[in-house]
Amino acid sequence: MENDYLLVMEGISKQFPGVRALNNVELRVRRGTVHALMGENGAGKSTLMKCLIGIYTPDSGTITFKGEKLNITSTHYALSKGISMIHQELSPIPEMTVAENIYLGREPMTPYGLVDMRKMNRMATELLDRLHIKIRPTAKMRDLSIANMQLSEIAKAVSYNSDLIIMDEPTSAITEAEVAVLFDIIKSLTAQGCAVIYITHKMDEVFKITDEVTVFRDGQYVATEATANLTRDMLIEQMVGRTLTQMFHKEKAEMGSVFLDVENLSGKGFRNVSFQVKRGEILGLAGLMGAGRTELMDGVFGVTASYGGAVRINGKPVKVKSPADAIRNGMALLTEDRKLTGLYLNATVRENMFIANINRYLVGPFLRFSKIEKDCEKMRGLMRVKTPSLMQIIKNLSGGNQQKVLIARWLLTEPDLLILDEPTRGIDVGAKSEIYRLMTEFVLSGKAIIMISSELPEVLGMSDRILVMHEGDKVGELSRAEATQEKILQMATGMKIPTSLAA
Amino acid sequence: MANPGVITAAEAAKRPAGGQMLASIFSKYGIFLIFAVMVVVASLLSPAFLSTINLINVVRQMSVVGLIALGVTGVIVSGGIDLSSGSVVGLSAVVAASLAQSADSSAPFYPGVHLPFIVPFLAACAMGALVGWINGGLVAKTRIPPFIATLGTYTAVRGAAMLYTNGRPISDLTDQYNFVGQGALGSVPVPILILVVMAVVTHILYARTKFGKYVYAIGGNEQAARVSGINTGRFKMLIYIYAGFLAGLAGLVVSARIGSGQPGLGVGYELDAIAAAVIGGTSLSAGGIGTVAGTIVGALIIGVLNNILDLMNVSAYWQQIIKGGIIVGAVILDQLKHRGGK
Repeated sequence: MENDYLLVMEGISKQFPGVRALNNVELRVRRGTVHALMGENGAGKSTLMKCLIGIYTPDSGTITFKGEKLNITSTHYALSKGISMIHQELSPIPEMTVAENIYLGREPMTPYGLVDMRKMNRMATELLDRLHIKIRPTAKMRDLSIANMQLSEIAKAVSYNSDLIIMDEPTSAITEAEVAVLFDIIKSLTAQGCAVIYITHKMDEVFKITDEVTVFRDGQYVATEATANLTRDMLIEQMVGRTLTQMFHKEKAEMGSVFLDVENLSGKGFRNVSFQVKRGEILGLAGLMGAGRTELMDGVFGVTASYGGAVRINGKPVKVKSPADAIRNGMALLTEDRKLTGLYLNATVRENMFIANINRYLVGPFLRFSKIEKDCEKMRGLMRVKTPSLMQIIKNLSGGNQQKVLIARWLLTEPDLLILDEPTRGIDVGAKSEIYRLMTEFVLSGKAIIMISSELPEVLGMSDRILVMHEGDKVGELSRAEATQEKILQMATGMKIPTSLAA
Repeated sequence: MANPGVITAAEAAKRPAGGQMLASIFSKYGIFLIFAVMVVVASLLSPAFLSTINLINVVRQMSVVGLIALGVTGVIVSGGIDLSSGSVVGLSAVVAASLAQSADSSAPFYPGVHLPFIVPFLAACAMGALVGWINGGLVAKTRIPPFIATLGTYTAVRGAAMLYTNGRPISDLTDQYNFVGQGALGSVPVPILILVVMAVVTHILYARTKFGKYVYAIGGNEQAARVSGINTGRFKMLIYIYAGFLAGLAGLVVSARIGSGQPGLGVGYELDAIAAAVIGGTSLSAGGIGTVAGTIVGALIIGVLNNILDLMNVSAYWQQIIKGGIIVGAVILDQLKHRGGK
């Protein structure tokens, strides 16, 4: 039976500073099958795949591919052995054409040693036609829609003629029609004996396209099952390690007056969006990658310029031209990428906590550290931040605790509206449920939250109302009672007729 | 509910074609338009400007910085920077000159050594490539920021040039050697010919070869290039080596032009070269953007500007202030372009 397996990964471990990303995990993939790799964010799926494609080197464990033990040290090597990958978060090279991106690293050459652009474009045309992808190979990547960029990445992965293709959330940015194209491609690949490792958060896709499922949780291997033997609930339970109702700590707060009222606001990446948030409410903001959710919140918060329309806070018109204006008006924004736009990685927990609130601690030009110490210590207890001391350098904390410190930073400013952009991305399950608890406590005290999230269970579990965006437009609003995963996805993909995704 | 999603998707696809047409034409050819306007204005301001002698003069004056800028463009496109090129000019000038003294020299550096022209020529290029190799090695292997790596070689290489000659100039060079800087084929000075040939070669190298494609790919998105199986370190090395080679060649041209190899040659050229590349549309903020044609025009713009200010008797001090303004203005334009484009 062992030779049935195209790929066997055994005993793989990978340690990052402060995080055990993979702990002795395994994965077995058969020829000609689609193998789903499931798990929450931070479960270790992408890390394992990066070990397989040569971006990371595992600390221990063996990889056997086509019966041969491989020591994969570079992407180049992995590609040459017949493993290719569609990367989830990796944008292509914007200034190059579709064809140049697809054949990057294996350009056809003329006899004079120059790149044969004509042949490259012809090859790309044939490839895209064969896959029924309607993109002009000579178009520049930067001019493509996000969906088309993703399709060209898919075409690129296929063009290596690999025996194994890793697809890391290939449908996170594409619409229903393109998903159908992708599934046709996957079927013809497996018919030729190629195997696909398919990472997704979308349950419907798992049951529609995959043959087997392996589940990871918190860097640990949980189980591998034939998809046919699984139900949706079984799968969720394996992923989360508990039932969903325990996960989301949700209490209905009393709805107060409208705090923020945005009318017909436009800006970079969003157009004519109107919405309101009431005190005591959690407004969920759903949509695909690139739908304009983060851009909308950046506009509201004054990070980027917005124009047209009106913004009212507590019924009074305000102009928010900079984050300082927003903070003055009682707003706080927890940004999406905590490393890039949130944390001062080399500063202490304490500095990271009080930095947004520094004016409150000034006596003349000097800082009152006794007061800072007192406030931060209080927050540390409230947030249950796990750190040996407030003077710990924050990069030594786990992702979940870093996130708690950032939330503490904004809570110290005593905002009336907390905007959370992907508040639980990449943090462990325990920290997640604590953040949900804090969110609930926050709105129970008569304040408001806007939460951007790509995790639908989280949106459904925590929101009182859900606003859905698609390519920069608000396409709909759902109450907690009427919202389902399917309805949100249909709106988010810009679909017209409400049909089941599985249809 | 209506179906806004589908409508806006179609709209969104149309949008860049319609509204931004003018902007995209400007962003593509803007620098050439600006250059054309400058030439017209210059010829109106001073009738002497359009004379053949003056025009040849303009191009000859910018040819050395132009040569350096060709290589610097590639380095910046790859996401790096090269501050060492001015110092490389000094080093390659003295090394080449020391190997090119005529038999009747009053102060021979290597007494009794008389070599054919090819030796100093190759020595100049090799010195440049060597420094480029060090730059590339530091950037690719130690992963220190290119600014720091080349700031180090900028200082050290100038020191090496001083050390080599003990700070003294090397004169009495062979006629063959001086021909490279002072000679002409027909009415076209040799430095201009060298620039034209190297510009064409570099254009083909950047736009048509694998090497060039990878330089743009690395600058555009290094991680994407790496996962496409490209050995990014190797190609970074190569672009620094190429830039060093061109700076070495520039050192040969300058020393031949003044008939003397001096360790202080080329001071500040690295910044002029970076300015030429940047004015020509090479983006310092976003890698993967820049062309040889743009850089040549960028160098010409600086040259024409200097020339016309000279012709109008504007003081050298004012010239520097104006040049500074132009550089900053070009980058502001570049930023606006990229903000508007996306």
